[in-house]
Amino acid sequence: PFVCQGRSARLPSAVQLPVSTLESQAPEPLNTMAPNSIHWFRKGLRLHDNPALREAVRGAGTVRCVYFLDPWFAGSSNVGVNRWRFLLQCLEDLDASLRKLNSRLFVIRGQPANVFPRLFKEWKISRLTFEYDSEPFGKERDAAIKKLAMEAGVEVIVKISHTLYDLDKIIELNGGQPPLTYKRFQTLISRLDPPEMPVETLSDALMGGCVTPVSEDHGEKYGVPSLEELGFDTEGLPSAVWPGGETEALTRIERHLERKAWVANFERPRMNANSLLASPTGLSPYLRFGCLSCRLFYFKLTDLYRKVKKNSSPPLSLYGQLLWREFFYTAATNNPRFDKMEGNPICVRIPWDKNPEALAKWAEAKTGFPWIDAIMTQLRQEGWIHHLARHAVACFLTRGDLWISWEEGMKVFEELLLDADWSVNAGSWMWLSCSSFFQQFFHCYCPVGFGRRTDPNGDFIRRYLPVLRGFPAKYIYDPWNAPESVQAAAKCIIGVHYPKPMVHHAEASRLNIERMKQIYQQLSRYRGLGLLASVPSTNGNGNGGMMAYSPGEQQSGTNSNNSHLPGVSGSSVATGNGSGSILFNFDNEEQTGPRSVGQQQQQRLHTLPQSQHQQQHAGYHSVPDASQNITSSRLYHEFAVPQHPGLFLHTRGSGITGKRERESEREALGEEEPASCSVNKMQRQSAEVSPQSAEELATSFSSQDFLSEPEPEPERSGRLMQQQQQIFNVFWSKQGFLNFQTYFKVCSQSSREPGEGL
Amino acid sequence: MKRGRSALNSKCPIFPYHEKPGKRHKPSFALSPPTDWGNLPYHIVLQIFQHLSLVDRARASSVCRCWNDVFHMPDLWRRFEFELNQPATSYLRSTHPDLIQQIIKKHAQHLQYVSFKVDSSRESAEAACDILSQLVNCTIKTLGLISTARSSFMDVSQAHFVSALTVVFVNSKSLSSIKIDDTPVDDPSLKVLVANNSDTLKLLKMSSCPHVSPAGILCVADQCHGLRELALNYHLLSDELLLALSSEKHVHLEHLRIDVVSENPGQTHFHTIKRSSWEALLRHSPKVNIVMYFFLYEEEFDPFFCEETPVTHLYFGRAVSKEMLGRIGLNCPRLVELVVCANGLNPLDEELIRIAKRCKSLTAIGLGECEVTCSGFVEFVKMCGGRLTQLSIMEDVLIPDNSYNMEQLHSEVSKHLGRLWFPDMMPTW
Repeated sequence: PFVCQGRSARLPSAVQLPVSTLESQAPEPLNTMAPNSIHWFRKGLRLHDNPALREAVRGAGTVRCVYFLDPWFAGSSNVGVNRWRFLLQCLEDLDASLRKLNSRLFVIRGQPANVFPRLFKEWKISRLTFEYDSEPFGKERDAAIKKLAMEAGVEVIVKISHTLYDLDKIIELNGGQPPLTYKRFQTLISRLDPPEMPVETLSDALMGGCVTPVSEDHGEKYGVPSLEELGFDTEGLPSAVWPGGETEALTRIERHLERKAWVANFERPRMNANSLLASPTGLSPYLRFGCLSCRLFYFKLTDLYRKVKKNSSPPLSLYGQLLWREFFYTAATNNPRFDKMEGNPICVRIPWDKNPEALAKWAEAKTGFPWIDAIMTQLRQEGWIHHLARHAVACFLTRGDLWISWEEGMKVFEELLLDADWSVNAGSWMWLSCSSFFQQFFHCYCPVGFGRRTDPNGDFIRRYLPVLRGFPAKYIYDPWNAPESVQAAAKCIIGVHYPKPMVHHAEASRLNIERMKQIYQQLSRYRGLGLLASVPSTNGNGNGGMMAYSPGEQQSGTNSNNSHLPGVSGSSVATGNGSGSILFNFDNEEQTGPRSVGQQQQQRLHTLPQSQHQQQHAGYHSVPDASQNITSSRLYHEFAVPQHPGLFLHTRGSGITGKRERESEREALGEEEPASCSVNKMQRQSAEVSPQSAEELATSFSSQDFLSEPEPEPERSGRLMQQQQQIFNVFWSKQGFLNFQTYFKVCSQSSREPGEGL
Repeated sequence: MKRGRSALNSKCPIFPYHEKPGKRHKPSFALSPPTDWGNLPYHIVLQIFQHLSLVDRARASSVCRCWNDVFHMPDLWRRFEFELNQPATSYLRSTHPDLIQQIIKKHAQHLQYVSFKVDSSRESAEAACDILSQLVNCTIKTLGLISTARSSFMDVSQAHFVSALTVVFVNSKSLSSIKIDDTPVDDPSLKVLVANNSDTLKLLKMSSCPHVSPAGILCVADQCHGLRELALNYHLLSDELLLALSSEKHVHLEHLRIDVVSENPGQTHFHTIKRSSWEALLRHSPKVNIVMYFFLYEEEFDPFFCEETPVTHLYFGRAVSKEMLGRIGLNCPRLVELVVCANGLNPLDEELIRIAKRCKSLTAIGLGECEVTCSGFVEFVKMCGGRLTQLSIMEDVLIPDNSYNMEQLHSEVSKHLGRLWFPDMMPTW
């Protein structure tokens, strides 16, 4: 991600530009009681819907908007020139907008922790405001700054506006753990109040009597630097395909909505050759830098949908792009190792190959597969690629062809991709490499066929790989198969002017699918021959769907009336909840069974963390979050979900629960499952019945590849394998809630374990 | 444990005396002669050790002589997985060389279930071969050579590999399971295998072993009558092989896995297997699972499934033609699982509905880059109903039509399945 401040805070003290020359003769406000504020920009580079900025000017005498740039970091970072340019354009746009309000942006050279104390003193600051950063290193950095500010007697106000929701609330609703499947996430979201409305754009009226003291030499000291000043060679740099800035973002969102209104189709657009190209309605980089408020986008979409669809309530799928982003932010917020395989509790350990040469070929668009190389060229030149193009290159690098770690690909995207947020980037890479989130792995994008289906003509290839321009469409995706005469006519000999394919795709995908199967079979303790069943799922759905451990699902599961499928947006819409609200009413899924205990407990569990939450933030949030007041009574009633694992027991054998359970149920009834090996079935079943038994763990591990193991030995599986299996237990066990905690305990214990001695 | 440890540390090992009398211990325990952690009966320590990882056992073994003795008991060394990785090519650690030496010296004769996991470097594969060639005093039952990344055994010189492998074949005369996919094993080494282990061999996995010929595998099938599971590439599959596996002397075959891979489009000619050979196999082993993985170009599918084929699991790793899927509906009545990674741009409605109609055992289906209309898909699910235990369909596969949009589709499909169902989603980012 673009982690200018976050990273620099960890780096050794950087070269400091002279900040000591800060103007000390700044005009003091007449009313000494009116606070002097600093608003600290990081993401959220906008004046619209910026609640923290609003707090900065509220009743203040002076306000200064600062952005920290570490020039030393700029040179050494692995952030590419496109991302730097986008950032600088955002800052210029901010400065221009602030000028219209007789203010300016202060770009400060240095690191926040070093510079803030001086700023506080010299500007006589009593209030610091900034947008909440949910990412682990951001939280760490902000905690340090808060401490520093409080010591200096500066009040700190933090506001959530980079995400739609308070992520901690989503996690709390899920029993204290982040949801690990997108479906589960959607379910949780559908039970939350809608996001808060965007706040008013900063204006003269809002500024009121608040002024910004600006010195003569502001440009010199605090101006937005140029790319050259940051040490980038800009000669021959083509103009930006994605110009940065809030103004551009607001133009784009209007165009985006106009097009949607014109198409009047809110389904996910199907991909075609055109969708591969940068679109003037694309928004993702603007959301990433916060030039565009996700809440503004959310509500504009909602309004448009209501207008076009005559007031029917929008399905969650309308907000797909925003919710995916939110999902990965939620998954990452408490996981500092979210971008790593090792030590990351939600990441499956896959024995990826270390192969720097192959990695370089991929990153530098020299794989010999035109489809992959064209995408990587577009990424490097423009900073954006279509999401299916991301899937294609990510699959190729990892589980599809090269078997190289997703972490390496993530780093390349971090350098080149304008919208690569730390959480979203890492999360998507884990998803695409099937390293987490319980994704089916059977489908690998073919580096030849996928492109051909999307753009049969190959215009995309010709645009980004001019060397292949002369090839006819028939061969443009696999030019190595073209006869020599065709290559000669195209003035491009494969192996001379353009590389030969670096892997044999059929062979590589055969090996890799086998490897993924092995890994997932070990984890899921599944012994059968099926490929699909290797990935655990509790509703027979490949994407992991509903997790057995989730309290809400258990409750839904007891409802055997299939025509009413509660818990997710789509079905709620389908069952005709015409309230016009995206907050779905769950009253009709209230349990008939004894639930009072569960509800009481639920109340307690919900109340407790919330009050803790408030206590924690006292001092930072001078203005209490309005939503906390509204929710209380409704939350407890509507979200009455049992937290005690004991209550899950009665859901066994219900109609909607997982396939595995259904299977054992059927077996118990003596029905024969056709054409399935009885030995395998027994192994599976026993593994399911007592997932915690050490012997079971051992058996499954050791006999992983031998379908008929003669005599299982009681050997304990490796520690790491245990860890991974713990993840899966969460999904399979009826007491998942407990297991999840056990699992985290196991992980934290073993990570403290010293290096193996043998 | 805390009590125990303090007892050991204080070198006053008789721990009942350290207890307040009669608090938690059964009287019988107190009556037994003074017990020391180090004097626990071997079988009890052994049982405890069986629950510990190797690292923990190794640590415990340095506590006292008794525990050290138990550490070396054969029971604990029956199974071992050698992990051989190079720092340059893998993120994973290797089995420590000292441990390897210790096993070869002290425990080789105890090993029964041995596997080697090697990374993509030739060095690792060679190291595995070196260990193999030292396993002379062994009675190995299960041997697995597993490449965790690229198939590095193929980089080892064939002579080196074959001589290492035959050491095990010759010395361990009771091999029952062998997994040697992606290795340079050849016909002569298989002959050695057969000569020494024909009575015990039950499982042989040797997908993508280019040096084995149809005659080589036929020799295994002819001699090893206990063979129940076999994995190989299609070019090794012959009518003779199927007939050999169906001979009276042969046990029932349980699993047959066949990989069909083509190197370059149009260059590989695929033979056909006679219907009568499949029928013979099925008569002999009515419950056999036949798994086929296809990695072919679209135009290469012609020889397959033109006649009834008793395949149970089908995986198409690359684009497969509509015609081929149509033939599957006609000629694969035993089909249990079907996975199609990609297909052309024409909806597969008809083909799926035919499969639903004819393949009565179908319980699992996965679709990647294909197209099916929502109505067609609902029809398919309705025909299959609740027996579809695995239904993994990428979101983009389903084309909304006049009858169903995505929201309606998911509730309709859920209704027919009797459980919540959603298409597989991919992040839009």
